[in-house]
Amino acid sequence: MIKENRKILVCCGTGCLANNSYDVYTQFLEKLKNTNIEVIPQVKATGCNGLCEKGPVVKILPDEISYFKVKAKDVDEIVLKTILKGEIIDRLLYFDLNDKKRIVSHKDANFYKHQHKIALRNIGEIDPKDIDDYKKRDGYKALHKALFEMTPDEVISQIEDSHLRGRGGAGFPTGNKWRTCSNYNNNPKYVVCNGDEGDPGAFMDRSIMEGDPNTVIEGMIICGYAINSNNGFLYIRDEYQLARKNMQIAIDSAKEHGFLGKNILGSGFDFELEIVRGGGAFVCGESSALMASIEGNVGEPRAKYIRSVEKGLWDKPTVLNNVETWANIPPIIINGAEWFKEIGTAKNSGTKVFSLVGKVKNTGLVEIPMGTTLRELVFDIGGGIIKNRPFKAVQTGGPSGGCIPAEHLDISLDFDSLGNIGSMMGSGGVIVLDDTTCMVDLARYYMEFLSEESCGKCTTCREGINTMLNILNNIILGKGKLEDIELLESLSETIREASLCGLGKTAPNPVMTTLKYFKNEYMDHIINKKCPAGVCKNLTSYSIDKEECIGCGACAKKCPTSAIIGEPKKPHIIEQDKCIKCGSCFSVCPTGAVKIGGALIESYNK
Amino acid sequence: MKIDNSIDYNQLSNILNKYKQEKRFTLAILQDIQTEFNYIPKEAVFHLAEYLNIPVSEIYSMATFYKALSLTPKGKHIIKVCNGTACHIRGSNILIDEIKDLLKIKPGETTADGLFSLEIVNCLGACALAPVMVIDNKYYGAMTKEKIMEVINEYKEAAYD
Repeated sequence: MIKENRKILVCCGTGCLANNSYDVYTQFLEKLKNTNIEVIPQVKATGCNGLCEKGPVVKILPDEISYFKVKAKDVDEIVLKTILKGEIIDRLLYFDLNDKKRIVSHKDANFYKHQHKIALRNIGEIDPKDIDDYKKRDGYKALHKALFEMTPDEVISQIEDSHLRGRGGAGFPTGNKWRTCSNYNNNPKYVVCNGDEGDPGAFMDRSIMEGDPNTVIEGMIICGYAINSNNGFLYIRDEYQLARKNMQIAIDSAKEHGFLGKNILGSGFDFELEIVRGGGAFVCGESSALMASIEGNVGEPRAKYIRSVEKGLWDKPTVLNNVETWANIPPIIINGAEWFKEIGTAKNSGTKVFSLVGKVKNTGLVEIPMGTTLRELVFDIGGGIIKNRPFKAVQTGGPSGGCIPAEHLDISLDFDSLGNIGSMMGSGGVIVLDDTTCMVDLARYYMEFLSEESCGKCTTCREGINTMLNILNNIILGKGKLEDIELLESLSETIREASLCGLGKTAPNPVMTTLKYFKNEYMDHIINKKCPAGVCKNLTSYSIDKEECIGCGACAKKCPTSAIIGEPKKPHIIEQDKCIKCGSCFSVCPTGAVKIGGALIESYNK
Repeated sequence: MKIDNSIDYNQLSNILNKYKQEKRFTLAILQDIQTEFNYIPKEAVFHLAEYLNIPVSEIYSMATFYKALSLTPKGKHIIKVCNGTACHIRGSNILIDEIKDLLKIKPGETTADGLFSLEIVNCLGACALAPVMVIDNKYYGAMTKEKIMEVINEYKEAAYD
């Protein structure tokens, strides 16, 4: 079964690397070196394939065979059976839990079937460190086209016509930004890439920078040409080491190939690109704070009376876009605005990358046309909720966003629809929550996050968020009062009105939306002293329903403090003074006999 | 491990000489100092202020603003526990409590022997591995209370063998 051009692609994104995919990669190289094969397949370490949950992922082309959860010890068998004989190894195939069948090519899996890849088009298909791989997939063709077949004005018009909106969260039309900036004749101008992805639960930018760094670089050079700027900065989050490494390799090879530096491809246009490493401050994802950080200052936002397209970095006209936005530029230049507009909805063209995380079966990165419904995302692509528990809500937009309850499952995923119901697109993190997630605790979690990340410049944000956090902490401990709700609402209003930047203005969103859709949970905590999800320890107790318990003893085995007693095949009981409320019995019980109750008032042997 | 408070000025000059004397390199230089010395020594702050010709107070405010920088020496191994949303709802708090118990330190602190520092970070972007913990850039996914003890013991054994 010798095939020409055979490729073995081993995913080496952060998720798969953590599961030792690099060992798999080196094992392949080693094994193939010592095997007698006429045509040795190419082995490539690629970026993230999206389905990190099932990593390490190995794809074999052109056979279109995808193996999941591959270990270094599986490599021998893969070479012997699949590479040499063309046999498929069943146990390594993707198993669709819902359809109960194994799938040979990942392209047939529900997780991938509904996707439409533009920004992620190359990731998982190429070696990010090899610029030739990128070039083989139309890489730098858009740059060539822009430099030699289009005027700067035409480039901007193309982006305007495509209706591309900034993928970083706010959804501002990218073309408008470029156009305004190009109209200022105050040189030098700057092009900036915001790679300070900080929203918890979002990792698409990391994946793009790690898996396809050249597309970001190409997008930025094209913008430089369009707005007449010769300098670009890539601000990359401190925690993203691999992204910085791959990006630097890509910059160096782009220079060698004449795509960066002086007189690019002989066009006379110069463009330099530099990486700036972030310092681990969430607020630096805000554009004016990010620019302050590049300048060598503390990353504090400023009031935006004057927009950064006029006075940005060092008070010079600056275009700042997010990583995913940059990745969309080359395909739009190559295929044209009309092509792009056919994807998505009228006011939200193209696709959006979502990171689907939390209590969902298929955790990973998903790129889908705008306008896809939340239901399709969570249930068709995500495969539904882990252990088929009830869906409660999703949280979108990170700490600036809000939660969306089950009643809005059919909402179209686009900038405007999400904004209309009080949430936001944000960078595209979608965190799926089930009935074991406490919404009050979730709101508290975000307030804690924001209280730490507030830069402290505005009093309302610095003190207001802290006060809200204290109130929520009290509610969780069972010390909540009814008037707390009103206080939370009025604090939210003040913080929103009187804070300077996006962080403060949107900070109350998690509290506001949980109050709007899950007020009964707050009431349960405050009045009934009960946490229905069993998360808030002070407001939780577990008990076993005598009628439903079959006496299997699964809970007793799992209990870390041996608090559960009972004879086999007879109803068990929980000794409340020993119980630490870890919830192990609740999750392990096969009949649902373990019940969550509120704070315990009566004694256990009653 | 003994903490040495005097710093090697040659090492410091090597770092400074890599950069032009421009303010915009402040953060980059501080990052390099942090990597080299495992913290930002007081002497380095003064030295850098002179090198870039900016007030000491500005360097100090940078060093205290950015989480990647620390004015006190960090441990040999830095344990980062992710408390991003995905990790939070899959129980990262249980991990944090376990480490606090095992090492007798709170987040932001370093063990008395200088072996470990504990940090809580906001989302490492490895949500599929939730709850996740990173020690010196090595990722440990789908962590449980039991696994933490094993991992930490590995590092302890390596250090004291």
